[in-house]
Amino acid sequence: MNTVRIDARGMHYSLLNTAIRKAVASGVREIIVDNVMGQRFIADGLKGDATLTIHGVPGGDLGMFMSGPTCIVHGNCDHAPGNTMDNGKIIIHGSAGDAVAHSMRGGKVFVRDNVGYRAGIHMKQYMEKRPVLVIGGSYRAFLGEYMAGGLILSLGDPAVHPHTERGIGSGIHGGKIVIRGNIDEYYLGVGARTFTLSNEGMDEIIPLIEEYAGYFGIDPDPLIHESYTQVTPSSSRPFASKYTWE
Amino acid sequence: MDGANIRKALSMMDERGSGEGAGYVAYGAFPEFAECYAIHVFFDTVHETKPAVDQELAKWGTIIHEEEIPTYEQQNLRKIHTPWRYFFLPDPHLMPRSTTPEDDIVMHLVMKVNTTIPGALIYSSGKNIALFKASGWPEEVADFYRIQDYKGYLWLGHNRYPTNTPGWWGGAHPFNLLHWSVVHNGEITSYGTNRRYIESYGYRCSMFTDTEVVAYLFDLLVRRHQLSPEIAVKALAPPFWDDIDRMPEKVARLNTAIRLTYGPALMNGPFAIVVARPDAIVGFTDRIKLRPLVTGTSGSKLYISSEEAAIRIMEPGVGDITMPRAGEPIIGRVVA
Repeated sequence: MNTVRIDARGMHYSLLNTAIRKAVASGVREIIVDNVMGQRFIADGLKGDATLTIHGVPGGDLGMFMSGPTCIVHGNCDHAPGNTMDNGKIIIHGSAGDAVAHSMRGGKVFVRDNVGYRAGIHMKQYMEKRPVLVIGGSYRAFLGEYMAGGLILSLGDPAVHPHTERGIGSGIHGGKIVIRGNIDEYYLGVGARTFTLSNEGMDEIIPLIEEYAGYFGIDPDPLIHESYTQVTPSSSRPFASKYTWE
Repeated sequence: MDGANIRKALSMMDERGSGEGAGYVAYGAFPEFAECYAIHVFFDTVHETKPAVDQELAKWGTIIHEEEIPTYEQQNLRKIHTPWRYFFLPDPHLMPRSTTPEDDIVMHLVMKVNTTIPGALIYSSGKNIALFKASGWPEEVADFYRIQDYKGYLWLGHNRYPTNTPGWWGGAHPFNLLHWSVVHNGEITSYGTNRRYIESYGYRCSMFTDTEVVAYLFDLLVRRHQLSPEIAVKALAPPFWDDIDRMPEKVARLNTAIRLTYGPALMNGPFAIVVARPDAIVGFTDRIKLRPLVTGTSGSKLYISSEEAAIRIMEPGVGDITMPRAGEPIIGRVVA
């Protein structure tokens, strides 16, 4: 049996996760979870390459510490999907709450619509591990706060979602935020600075735009022809003087 | 609406609590005593303490009706207080110089009882408002009072996770004073400043936790100073100075005046708060959004919650789920 369907109605998250782990351990590759309603911690710490299709509204910390699987959510997510995720993918057909991709270490999170405050807070990277967060709609303040690595790509149309959220890259000391359109420096956080995205930078985001467009059934070409701004740390150690005496 | 639905919503978020405090409030719960102040008291021992409270109330008005609040034994909930409610009519002639003598009498009674009669705590005092709280999980507290037997047009519910102060019956939310009820997720780190400010206007903090200052601040700013709820929220969670600098001149002057006048009312720290009064409800978060808040509507109903799922369990067909901006008040007004 390669597909398992779980009805999560009224089910506590621990039982739901037990059922998911059991299915994965028995070699199931496709798990469909119906009637999800606020269950936290779904697929947390899950390993392997299974695909979970989630119908409903999962609670916080979806895919926390997850390493490998793909979660496709048909609905909105609560706080921190992809929290400290190690590998795999989360694809959200909807919006997500605050702290999306919190401390993420690897893998990719795609949000079709909007994210809340502090998306990508303290994302990090090490050697081949480089997490990616792609946002299709709007983001709120403190995007990429304390960011230490990885890539945040915001594709939202500035004509629909103007860039008026404060603290972009506040405390950023690694990684990169790429945002469609131009950013008024007023909205940058401490330690962040902007550049127009270079051709090499563009080459890096085109496959991500295509991947995003593929998941959500849109034409990637107009997005590929937009101009983008890159937000990066103002130096390699922007906060050295705050914590050390040299 | 009866209380069954909001119990279901809170049970979606048990992880947000610790079983040390939960509560509910229903507006419009006592239509047969709608004109009376429903004064709710926790007595440690009824026979020892109640005479002193009766005596205090008799000084200021008439008790129209009183009863022990019906409760139903729950396995894990220890009944350490006896909840009682009085339906009370204050005598306005006894507070001759006040423009709101009834309210002022009841506020005086709340402060007097809570600071001078050990073993008695008035935890709710509004007209036509029923408040249910205790130390326990939300489901236990709901079943303890059988909140499904009460009907209201506006409900608040709360599940507490006490962090900086002990969990006890009086410390459970909602907090109420007169027509105001407050539920709060987070902590108010400016509590000391806010408390000193509010106590200078005659309020006395007696619940050993930060949230009660919010009820008192709303009473001061909106009832006594007659600010609109929008302006009151601007005082409590104001825009940053650098944002004010970029506002059009008139708006900037207004915001500057609010910040300067109500500096000590500014609340710092992480919070999401919902405040209710008989004709309106307002939800807002701290200005850097350190706590969640989600809203949704369905017909003429407004829902405000920490999580979307809690709204959906009450209203599966909810339409426009939104996350308000930090510091932005979401105001629902009672229609008809």
